[in-house]
Amino acid sequence: MKKLLNFPLMLIRLVIQSALLALNQIWVNKTRSLLTTLGIIIGVASVSAVIAAMDGMNNKIMENFETFGTKKIFLWPNRPSSGPKKNVNWWQIRFKEHEFDDVLEYCPSVEFKSFISNGSNLPARFDETSVEAVRLNGVEADWFAIENRTVIMGRPFTHLDEIQGRKVCIITQNLRDKLKLDRECCGQTIIFGHHTFLIIGLLEEKPEMMFDQGNRENLEAYIPFKTMQKISNNRWFQVMASCKSTDLAEEARAELQFFLRRTRKIRPGEPDTFGIFLMENEVKKVKEVMGMISLVAFGIVSISLLVGGIGIMNIMLVSVSERTREIGLRKAVGAKPSAILTQFLVEAVVLCLIGGLVGVGLGHGLAMAISKSAPLMEGARIPGWAVLLSFGFSAMVGIVFGMFPAIKAARLNPIDALRHE
Amino acid sequence: MTQQIDNPVIRINNLTRTYQVGTEKVHALRSVSLNIHQNEYVAVMGHSGSGKSTLMNLLGCLDIANAGDYELNGIMTTRMSAAKLAQVRNQQIGFVFQSFELLPRMSAQKNVELPLIYSDIPFWKRRKMAKEALQRVGLGSRVHHKPNQLSGGEKQRVAVARALVSKPSILLADEPTGNLDSKTSAGIMELFEQLYAEGQTIIMVTHETDIAAHARRIVRMTDGQIVSDLPVAQDPVNVHNTKQNVQEPPA
Repeated sequence: MKKLLNFPLMLIRLVIQSALLALNQIWVNKTRSLLTTLGIIIGVASVSAVIAAMDGMNNKIMENFETFGTKKIFLWPNRPSSGPKKNVNWWQIRFKEHEFDDVLEYCPSVEFKSFISNGSNLPARFDETSVEAVRLNGVEADWFAIENRTVIMGRPFTHLDEIQGRKVCIITQNLRDKLKLDRECCGQTIIFGHHTFLIIGLLEEKPEMMFDQGNRENLEAYIPFKTMQKISNNRWFQVMASCKSTDLAEEARAELQFFLRRTRKIRPGEPDTFGIFLMENEVKKVKEVMGMISLVAFGIVSISLLVGGIGIMNIMLVSVSERTREIGLRKAVGAKPSAILTQFLVEAVVLCLIGGLVGVGLGHGLAMAISKSAPLMEGARIPGWAVLLSFGFSAMVGIVFGMFPAIKAARLNPIDALRHE
Repeated sequence: MTQQIDNPVIRINNLTRTYQVGTEKVHALRSVSLNIHQNEYVAVMGHSGSGKSTLMNLLGCLDIANAGDYELNGIMTTRMSAAKLAQVRNQQIGFVFQSFELLPRMSAQKNVELPLIYSDIPFWKRRKMAKEALQRVGLGSRVHHKPNQLSGGEKQRVAVARALVSKPSILLADEPTGNLDSKTSAGIMELFEQLYAEGQTIIMVTHETDIAAHARRIVRMTDGQIVSDLPVAQDPVNVHNTKQNVQEPPA
């Protein structure tokens, strides 16, 4: 028992002893130590800066996805490429409204659903002002919840607006300004084509995203889905839904598929006559790609760490042969081979860790510079795990590349070492 | 102390050491037997190649014999591992080398502390022990000096302090005055005399007759064998020397 307890205690003492010795040695050889660690410093700095940059880019992209909505599900009619419905016409394939009756009750993972009827571009006019084309979209009230766009003024569509197909519209600020409407435009009327619409609400402008910058220029107005069906003869529509959380995306897809196959009377074995697209799947794909890019970048900059490690090994080898007499003396006064091994190994590791520390600091500076200069990597910051990783990596480099010189030192014969010139 | 007289500190029995140099076998030590007791002051003499250095290395547990036994202070060292031998060197043996072998960038005190670092002594105790050892060799005022700020004699005193700090059973000195002028050498010999008086067992390798004359017993070696082992007064060269030399007579 006592022996069992003694061993780790001895090991700890040995390491602390060697660490103090190593620090002393490093302090004594300041210039050489600094030059030696330069490789590690540059390696760690570039690794952490690259990680920070990748992390910043990742965050930026994810943020964009977040604003776009990661919970979104798109459904559209789709002619299968095989099976008996392969050649049916599009008219038969289209969604019918009744197919989605009670969809939220049958699909517990789905939070909202909305029909979307993309109308044509119509000219809009208010008083003397007119614009050439406004994109009119027929949507249900839940659409605003799915898109996470709030009506900042006025009111959203009500149930009555929807079932009666009232000629009401919700417009964007952009359109309001173009048509020179009052700031508080609710209650005023616009003419779309030859239909007069009452403005009931003003919609928040789309948040800026890097994927669709052009869209902001489009003028858009939203009217109830039913109203759209009335004023246009387009019976083709799509459905947008959202799942309750991103974790439930796959369940929601399965539920919707099962539900639609039943309501659209698709026999078992026949292919679907509709398509389902999960935003979450896109997010996963992008995450995978980002992960790959990060890994490759990390691999490339790791090479600089490797080179730094070789530098450490070189200097440690020089240090061992330079200090052969010292090693001989230490052995003569009672240093065990393990003590010599630990001394040189710890010295290499301490050197690397100091290099790692300075490197992380430098990397932090680099990350700040990157985030200032590249808008895509705005959020470039070294994450905590990267700091730990850098230190772990530096320590590992120290151990791996310090091992050979340390073993060489430990194996020295004390007599030969003392006679060494 | 006196009761240990029958129990020698060093007991070597038929110690043999051969080296392989190329295809040739060199017999550095041929079946040497020797006993050294507590508080003896022994000089080992011989020409280069006589095996005195080999004997010294073996006595210092720096080297391992091919055959024969070596018992140090009752510990059988012949078939020990490198780590165990290191421990024996640490606790039982103090070395003084011809070229001092001080670590250049460390203060005198740090140099003296070196053997203690490799034993289980806490650092505050190490400091105290190192200072005491330095005082013992008369360098109480040069504790924080670095080797390059010390004279040759002072350096050797630091080395002696380092050898003594762990209170070893034997002090092994390999040509301790080889790099010193005669005046400084005399100082070191005085120090040895003082240590001997305090009860330290000293074994010293030298080829200088006048240095060897300070010892109480002279072991002469030739071709890896002991050719004479006599008290200093009866040593053949000394007997011859005292007849015509003005040198200080052996005590």
